[in-house]
Amino acid sequence: MRQILTPIVLVLLAVVLWRTVPMTAPEEISAIGRHFVEHGVAENRGANIVTSVIVNYRGLDTLGEVSVLFLSVAGAGFILRRRTGLTLETPTPASELVETGARLLFGPIVLFGAYIFAHGHLTPGGGFQGGAVVASAVLLLLLAERDRALAHNALGWIESLSGFLYVLVGLIGLALAGSFLSNKGILPLGAWNSLFSAGLIPVIYMLVGLKVGSELAALIDTMMHSGEPAATETEEARP
Amino acid sequence: MIEPTALYTITGGLLILIGFAAIMLKRNLIKIMLGFVLVEAGVHIMIICFGYIPGRTAPIVDSPNLLTDAAAMTAAPTQFVDPVVQAIVLTAIVIAVGVTALMLAYVVRLYGTHKSLDVGRYVSLKW
Amino acid sequence: MIVVDVLVCLAMVITGIAAIFQRSLLSAVVMVGFISLMVAYLFLRMDAPDVAMTEAAIAAGLTTVIFLIAIRRTEDTEK
Repeated sequence: MRQILTPIVLVLLAVVLWRTVPMTAPEEISAIGRHFVEHGVAENRGANIVTSVIVNYRGLDTLGEVSVLFLSVAGAGFILRRRTGLTLETPTPASELVETGARLLFGPIVLFGAYIFAHGHLTPGGGFQGGAVVASAVLLLLLAERDRALAHNALGWIESLSGFLYVLVGLIGLALAGSFLSNKGILPLGAWNSLFSAGLIPVIYMLVGLKVGSELAALIDTMMHSGEPAATETEEARP
Repeated sequence: MIEPTALYTITGGLLILIGFAAIMLKRNLIKIMLGFVLVEAGVHIMIICFGYIPGRTAPIVDSPNLLTDAAAMTAAPTQFVDPVVQAIVLTAIVIAVGVTALMLAYVVRLYGTHKSLDVGRYVSLKW
Repeated sequence: MIVVDVLVCLAMVITGIAAIFQRSLLSAVVMVGFISLMVAYLFLRMDAPDVAMTEAAIAAGLTTVIFLIAIRRTEDTEK
């Protein structure tokens, strides 16, 4: 049955996708894109227009995205419940070269991630990219020191606090300037192309970067060390 | 020589088709998840192609010769590609990694119950 | 530059077809990670540096790592 249905579905999908090829490479960008490009620098004083779109103009969508990420990581943590005293197998320790190198590299990689999300409004970058880099630094540390237990409590606090502060910043915008997550008149807009500019955009992006980084680090640690061990038989198999 | 945007779009479409074929035809759970990742990669390429105009530059205004009016700080929209499309795809990439992580957590948990990665083994929901 | 683009797109499609026919799950995951990296290159060619960075860091990096962790936890551990 699958062998008959699959070519039919693929052919229909190919026809649909082929019809969308003439819609690519339009002559002129969309009307709302035109407005964002024209007035993005004047209203936000930030050089990166994509960042202004994500954080300021479509800030509510970013709040939704951050909650979707939180939901999926919490769901993964719930499915693989943490057991106390769990080891999958006795971990073979990494060599001394790897351990020392990872400890030396951990600081600069975290600094690089912080640089990326602190400069999100000036250069390509921002909270999500910087958060992913910070999570990779934590992964490096987990791979090098096989028996290190990550401070889950601290990561959970950082993540929840950043999310809470994000909504709080939005409510401050509602109280002071009339609309949720507004950027007008709360922090000074500053000079174009300098670090302390663009109002609330670097503040919000830093909170997003911290939240995403700690979330992804907790996710990697959950997937590596949680859940029932693979060698015993099944327990109650209802998630 | 086909123009570059058509080439990228066709590549994205082929990735979507390959990913769908993997989801529908493969029995290994991990291969099905890889099919999902391929579909998402293809979709992201195609969406960016909807906003790309050849000959223009990235939407970052970091030097004064991109502004048309230095006092009012407006920039001409005829020299940039569409920034809304890029914001949408950025959101989509982050959500895709969350969804993939949740699906793989399910796979790991399912493996713990029946010790098999074959999708035909998990038939308790079939009617 | 058009030659490089054609080669990259061809490599992506061929690697995609090869990845779903692989016997070893490890090579299939590495191939999909390679495809994500080429997708990041395509984003750079289409004037989207933000999106390219995000795709390279998250899809080519973290998704591959999560797949590798899942593979390790679902193999028959008789060791």
